[in-house]
Amino acid sequence: MKAWLFALLMLLSAAAGAMDPIVFRDDAEEARFRALSAELRCVMCQNQSLADSNAQIAHDLRLQVLELMREGKTDREIKDYLVARYSDFVLYNPPVRPSTWLLWFGPGLVLLGGLAAVVVVVRRRAAQAPAANPSDDGQEW
Amino acid sequence: MIKRLLPLLAFALLAVLLGLGVLRNSGKDTSAIPSPLVGKPAPAFSLPVLGEPGRLVSNEDLLGEPYLLNVWGSWCPACRDEHPVITELAKSGRIKVVGYDYKDEPEDAQRWLQQFGNPYSLVIADYDGRAALDWGIYGAPETFLVDAQGVIRWKFVGPITPEVVQQQLLPALETLE
Repeated sequence: MKAWLFALLMLLSAAAGAMDPIVFRDDAEEARFRALSAELRCVMCQNQSLADSNAQIAHDLRLQVLELMREGKTDREIKDYLVARYSDFVLYNPPVRPSTWLLWFGPGLVLLGGLAAVVVVVRRRAAQAPAANPSDDGQEW
Repeated sequence: MIKRLLPLLAFALLAVLLGLGVLRNSGKDTSAIPSPLVGKPAPAFSLPVLGEPGRLVSNEDLLGEPYLLNVWGSWCPACRDEHPVITELAKSGRIKVVGYDYKDEPEDAQRWLQQFGNPYSLVIADYDGRAALDWGIYGAPETFLVDAQGVIRWKFVGPITPEVVQQQLLPALETLE
């Protein structure tokens, strides 16, 4: 694991020297590229988007994305291209399908559960409220 | 009584849930991405052979016999760690081992093989790493098992250890036979 991590670091440091900035044809292309690469996740450093990452593989994938854009591919097609090779991992916005239902609907379920709990508690308290009438209060204070 | 224990029960439930999550993921390399290519034909490629200028090898040239594609680079320290395991595997004759020299300089790669030994029956070189994108490669070492029909049967990200060979690779090899 340590050696593997070291390999990652080496790859990252190797990246520093070898990367040329991307030259865009026009502002529209740049805007589209930025939007697209911000939605894609770097496969190497998984907490960064493709746009943010300095990893060599991210640089290679950025160039590939740009090339596919220039070939006239749509955003959808470019995403499909990456998913076919690197799985849903590359998407920050994973598709809704049975295996991701828990991911998409889990928080909603938890919220519903919380709401149900609140309703139950409030109703129970409301039912108990008359009993808490001060005139019936047997306590000394 | 039960009412008083309810918060504790809820907490215990949560703790068990979290504990299970930790257990299930401990020892697992969370940086390893599952390959969608397992079960699919290996991507088409045509790459030069290291040390043999002018010779190109394509995916079709490798059909007919299962092989292990071991992605490495002279720049990759973890590849050094796994190299003895790969060497032993190649020597055992269980499987043909093909090297995939990833984003490397040919001179560095040759020197590395001279230093640590060359267990590969063939080393294909991907200097710019473009063909690697089709394999879903994102680092080194990575290892693929491809069957005689050219279908990817198994992939491992990170250095191969004797345990990985025993627990994953050998069973996968058995399914080929």
